[in-house]
Amino acid sequence: MTAIGTRIPRTEGPEKVTGAARYAVEYPAADMAYAWPVQAPVARGTVRSIDTDAVRAMPGVLAVLWHGNAPRLADVPDREMLVLQSDQVAYHGQFVAVVVADSLEAAREAANRTPVEIDEQPHDTELRAGRDDLFTPERVNPNHEPDTVQGDVEAELAASAVTVDVTYETAATHNNPMEPHASTARWDADRLVVHDSNQGSTGVAQTLATLFGLAPEQVRVVSTHVGGGFGAKGLPRPNVVLAAMGARAVGRPVRLALARQHQFSVGGYRTPTIQRIRLGAGADGVLRALSHEVVEQTATVREFAEQTAVCSRMMYAAGSRRTAHKLARLDVPMPSWMRAPGEAPGMYALESALDELAAACGLDPIELRVRNEPSVDPESGHPFTSRNLVACLRDGADRFGWAGRDPRPGVRRDGRWLVGTGVAAATYPARTRPASAAARMLRDGRFQVEINATDIGTGARTALGQVAADALGVPPDRIEMCIGDSTLPPASLAGGSMGTASWSLAVDKAGRELRSRMAAGVPEGGVDVRVDTEDDVAALDREWSRHAFGAHFAEVRVDADTGEVRVSRLLGVYAVGRVVNPITARSQFLGGMTMGLGMALTEESTMDHRFGDYVNDDFAGYHVPACADVGTSIEAYWLAERDPHVNPLGIKGIGEIGIVGVPAAIGNAVWHATGVRVRDLPIRLDKVLFR
Amino acid sequence: MKPFDYARAADPAGAVALAARPDAKYLAGGTNLVDLMKLGVETPDLLVDVTRLLPAGIEESAGGMRIGAGARNSDVAADPLVRRRYPVLSRALLAGASGQLRNAATIGGNLLQRTRCRYFQDVTKPCNKREPGTGCPAFAGVHRDLAILGTSEHCVATHPSDMAVALAALDAQVHLHDAAPVPVTGLYALPGDTPQVETVLPPGTLITAVSLPPLGFRSSYRKVRDRASYAFAVASIAAALDVVDGTVRDVRIAWGGVAPKPWRAYEAERALRGGPATEAAFRAAAEVELAAARPLPDNAFKVPLVRNLTAAVLAELAGVDR
Repeated sequence: MTAIGTRIPRTEGPEKVTGAARYAVEYPAADMAYAWPVQAPVARGTVRSIDTDAVRAMPGVLAVLWHGNAPRLADVPDREMLVLQSDQVAYHGQFVAVVVADSLEAAREAANRTPVEIDEQPHDTELRAGRDDLFTPERVNPNHEPDTVQGDVEAELAASAVTVDVTYETAATHNNPMEPHASTARWDADRLVVHDSNQGSTGVAQTLATLFGLAPEQVRVVSTHVGGGFGAKGLPRPNVVLAAMGARAVGRPVRLALARQHQFSVGGYRTPTIQRIRLGAGADGVLRALSHEVVEQTATVREFAEQTAVCSRMMYAAGSRRTAHKLARLDVPMPSWMRAPGEAPGMYALESALDELAAACGLDPIELRVRNEPSVDPESGHPFTSRNLVACLRDGADRFGWAGRDPRPGVRRDGRWLVGTGVAAATYPARTRPASAAARMLRDGRFQVEINATDIGTGARTALGQVAADALGVPPDRIEMCIGDSTLPPASLAGGSMGTASWSLAVDKAGRELRSRMAAGVPEGGVDVRVDTEDDVAALDREWSRHAFGAHFAEVRVDADTGEVRVSRLLGVYAVGRVVNPITARSQFLGGMTMGLGMALTEESTMDHRFGDYVNDDFAGYHVPACADVGTSIEAYWLAERDPHVNPLGIKGIGEIGIVGVPAAIGNAVWHATGVRVRDLPIRLDKVLFR
Repeated sequence: MKPFDYARAADPAGAVALAARPDAKYLAGGTNLVDLMKLGVETPDLLVDVTRLLPAGIEESAGGMRIGAGARNSDVAADPLVRRRYPVLSRALLAGASGQLRNAATIGGNLLQRTRCRYFQDVTKPCNKREPGTGCPAFAGVHRDLAILGTSEHCVATHPSDMAVALAALDAQVHLHDAAPVPVTGLYALPGDTPQVETVLPPGTLITAVSLPPLGFRSSYRKVRDRASYAFAVASIAAALDVVDGTVRDVRIAWGGVAPKPWRAYEAERALRGGPATEAAFRAAAEVELAAARPLPDNAFKVPLVRNLTAAVLAELAGVDR
């Protein structure tokens, strides 16, 4: 019996449900001060002046900082971190000053009343496929070629019996973790201590040390509990710099939690995309050509190129293939990582187009995918460490009751509801990054294992304890996991579905090392081991293609009178290697699927291009799914996949794949229900409504 | 937020006396007011807390009901007599906000909540309602959720309440401290040239109760929204219908999410009374009312939406086969 694979409730659960767990701005201090940022009211311009005397005279104000008086920061590659260092406004809502005051209310009021003189300049925020200034980025996230070509796509398309040429669009969507970006910073002489909400405090501490000219040991970033991130907290954000700057300016600890509205300018979002997909196939559905061309946006402050078409390089066999990314550099907030960057929007387009091809060929959508299953990674030619997409589709079809489905659209009715079903495939890369860890035996016979992993609500702390227990050959209740503190052995961030896989390798190595050292006899003072997996990760065989796979099934009901779409059933089957904790894994899958439901139906950040800002900047205007949106049934299953090649523990990571196929599955089900093919997300009722 | 004074009175007369101060506001559930204070949209100098002095009873009265202005939305929605006599009201209340908000929100406060138009809520942008004469960015901007009926060239905001839509259909009366009651249908002012004026009530007026006359026929509420709960109406309908031998004897129709006030569809009602209770008649009647609609490019879909919705809900109330 191993701890890995066992259903263990999350260890910090009682602390969280009783409110005892402290988040970043819940650490008290007698002399706490509060900061509130001042935002640029224009999308592009030059800050002329801020009347700091007027602001300092406001009730409770301790300090106001702007580029005219803020301390100089050392340069870092991420220009978003160079807060208050320039008079240039690069996007609407960018932080141009910060007010520190005795109370939260006083700081907010003074910040809102801070007179900012700005020379406004013309801005351009509109993403269109026909822009003449689109450019090809050098790389797309995280480090892919922007364009690829295999074979002669045009010739194969021309020779194909069946073709599909469609353009899909996805809206800008904001990560919106429940806990906003938040920091409490204090200076103890020349040491900076920050409680911060992020997905990896090793990187946050390094960035702060560089910015403030400190040695690494002078900075400590603590992130014990984090209320979600979904990619938006993968990198440090301006709030943590402002908190540190403010605390130094007033000589007191400073709290800064961004408001929900701030999430829509500095919090992070997924770029809107415009994706043209062209498929050419024989009458049998076998692909001769697959072309996926993407237009999306980036910011002037820093470039981010979402890898939207990359999934089309490895997903299906095809006689010829083209993928391309083009960017518009706009005066917009910086797009960045949001759960399954690349795969989430890219697979929406690809899997929707596959559904259209299935209809055009008169083939069942599952059978179409089976016929285009590649034997090796079509891009690299490498074998997959494991690829159980077909098994996921078949298992899901059984569980969902797919067999005997009437393929005709718009023919099933239940009272006022039109009913339809849809399927889509999912994939996500299985990456591993180096990490370090330490382990020791405590006096009471328990074991302490340290690694600067971050639990952003995923259950990482619990899962790593299970890995450590197996490595040490003890029950999990004898493990004390120490995570979420930059003074612990450094580790990669909680993102890219690589946290558990990467951290587990280090924890496993530390545990086994400690166990073997103890077997050789425990010296006076105990045994203290510290390991890193730099060499282990470097030694992973690069001649393999590493990916997780999944299949999503949806049943939707569309109100025939109003066009309202409700998802009555959602089912996912995953092939993700070894699942460490079935309880927290299920939560991850269901959370991803629910987020996919939001991407499909409700989530949309709407920009007013005259101002250059996203106007629906709260939870009344930006609709994340509510419990009522998750229908009567949402289910997640996984195959017992043993993958010895992906990494020594056979763990693939599960954080993102849950979102990936859901928008297409729902969109395909809406078409099956109504006969209306909506090709731009979200599928709002006015796009479906029978007028 | 801006610093403010807080006061509590012993009774309604005391509250009204306190609220005579300029820039005073009554505080009941605070679910909308406090949000707007944080955003800087509302900047009262004084909050007069009326939560302990307002009547909160939900009582039978003259064959109908009388509901104290301090009654909580959730209590009214769950009241057995309300559910039996006025299902339209119970459903409308339950269609609004979230459980937590309904526990805090009051009947009186609900009537006086402000529009959720994005521009109204953003003090960095112009808004004729918030700052008369500054202009309305919604016309050429984001207006998908905004009004198609009763608008003016100065404002296309919607009234956000679900409850008020049901009350409008029920011909409810709004009772005031020390003043004659006004019908809910007459409570609100259309924007015209003064979009900052939202009701006919003089400043400092205190709502004390809402009364519902008897309703002898079936009623229902249906809300169309972008998410299954906790979302404002894209459009909604409160309807009551009395059909005898296939003929409409009486009908009440009020629409939400389409106008600066709960929109009582009198023209549609007139078109239906005495006529056949058929889906075609229901659709045609809705179209009569909607002839006055002045939609903008991104909310034009609300015209067919409201037509479809009205036909569907009336057909359901009439029990006609569709």
